[in-house]
Amino acid sequence: MEFQGRVWKFGADVDTDAIIPARYLNTSDPAELAKHCMEDADPEFPNKVKTGDIIVAQKNFGCGSSREHAPICIKAAGVSCVIAKSFARIFYRNSFNIGLPILESPEAVDNIDEGDEVKVDVDNGIIYNLTKGASFKSTAIPPFMQELIDSGGLINYVRRRLNR
Amino acid sequence: MGMTITEKILAAHAGKDRVEPGELINCKVDVVLGNDITAPVAIKEFEKIGVPDVFDKEKVVLIPDHFTPNKDIKSAEQAKILRDFAKKQGLTNYFEVGRMGIEHCLLPEQGIVLPGDAVIGADSHTCTYGALGAFSTGVGSTDMAAGMASGEVWFKVPGSIKFVFNGEKLNEWVSGKDLILYAIGDIGVDGALYEAMEFTGSAISNLSMDGRFTMANMAIEAGGKNGIIAPDQTTIDYVESRAKRPYKVYRSDDDAKYERVIEYDVADIEPQVAFPHLPENTRPISEVGTVEIDQVVIGSCTNGRMEDLRIAAKVLQGHEVHPDVRLVIFPGTQAIYKQAMKEGLFEIFVDAGASVSTPTCGPCLGGHMGILAKGERAIATTNRNFVGRMGHPESEVYLSNPAVAAASAILGRIAGPEEVD
Repeated sequence: MEFQGRVWKFGADVDTDAIIPARYLNTSDPAELAKHCMEDADPEFPNKVKTGDIIVAQKNFGCGSSREHAPICIKAAGVSCVIAKSFARIFYRNSFNIGLPILESPEAVDNIDEGDEVKVDVDNGIIYNLTKGASFKSTAIPPFMQELIDSGGLINYVRRRLNR
Repeated sequence: MGMTITEKILAAHAGKDRVEPGELINCKVDVVLGNDITAPVAIKEFEKIGVPDVFDKEKVVLIPDHFTPNKDIKSAEQAKILRDFAKKQGLTNYFEVGRMGIEHCLLPEQGIVLPGDAVIGADSHTCTYGALGAFSTGVGSTDMAAGMASGEVWFKVPGSIKFVFNGEKLNEWVSGKDLILYAIGDIGVDGALYEAMEFTGSAISNLSMDGRFTMANMAIEAGGKNGIIAPDQTTIDYVESRAKRPYKVYRSDDDAKYERVIEYDVADIEPQVAFPHLPENTRPISEVGTVEIDQVVIGSCTNGRMEDLRIAAKVLQGHEVHPDVRLVIFPGTQAIYKQAMKEGLFEIFVDAGASVSTPTCGPCLGGHMGILAKGERAIATTNRNFVGRMGHPESEVYLSNPAVAAASAILGRIAGPEEVD
């Protein structure tokens, strides 16, 4: 899997209320949720973001609630992947479960600025900053998570196990 | 090498003699929980798996508590998905408005979660049940769907951080809320990321069950996977009359391995206030300064239990809410509501000029029943003070215990109860 896009940069501890405020959680329709993606962190984000763009953030991205609506709305807004120094654990699980690629790389975060053009080789965990001509390695995806990805997500994995 | 209580519970549910931090395990679960925000997504995913029935009709628990009583048509549709699914599956533990409670107050009260259980819930505050000596953690909707179908979930075994709260007696007006806010203020909102937070020490032994629920409830606010307190006589006394099935008490071995051990002396801990916009921005009440407020919220899965309401009533009795302040009180469950009514607490609240709500998560997450306008400021006994958490993105939330919240309601600014005559 490879992605290339423009970077939108965010700070530390971006919480799930900033990613998708609870006032919009009376629906679970991804397209509806996408209209408010990251709204309380940057009100203009839903209008600015283009398909393929990449979110880069500091530590503890996605802290707070368990709402799967958070990675769902990021994916539905067209964001191809999220790179952060670290992720909150429920957001981390949810992203794998719904198929939103996320990568941990403190070094990449420190060397990517808003507006940079970045290419991500998800399979090999390599992040290329095309604007600055630099590349970074992301933390390896645990083998079990890779198995989940290869199965096409948790639901497919469980379906196969239960119907075996 | 010994094991921690968290490792012992996970090993038992994975059918293993022992587990190590970092190990990936497949774990049987005793309860799978969802609410009106997370379960509709889970039910949709469950239907894709292709099994007709949930793994156990008594172990899948659905509670419409977030946007209920239904706040608008869309919310009504979401709640209806739960109701229809619960009926179709014949779930024993579906709790309708008027017979329900805020999920994390209700499950322990009804004896649905017991010591030694492994529990997942599609709500981040599922970590509350760690107060009973259970392993309990929040997951997303897809994990909930997989859990409903299989009765299992995969986990990476967390390392454990031991928090020792030394000292026999808490300072006046200090409660479980202040102990956990103090710890979060110390280690930060990702200070326990992916880890188990085990609370021990003489101050914990002396703490009520209600205070323990509050502490375990906020483990997630430090990034923790679970919060846990080993069962003792206080736990057994709480559980004995409620349990309808056997349960097992686990305790950490003396030679269990911890990633860190953090010790506090409760003599150093005053009532705490977390400033916007993170729970780690704590200050002791003596260093708050003048912060005027527009709204006070007392309740939630963090502080909506009997002890919390009794403390609020003790502070409010004979006083009136400040003319510029709205005080919203929402008890955690119908049983708590009834008990508070019986004890005359509602009379104190209503005489003071407070509104008393049916149980709901509403105001805590900015859903309904007490939303903040632009520029407004609230102090709340809830668990999060993120940007826009209780309403407009330019509103502010401060977190405290019920005594400080009640005193602030009277004085119109953040204040300790000793300031109230």
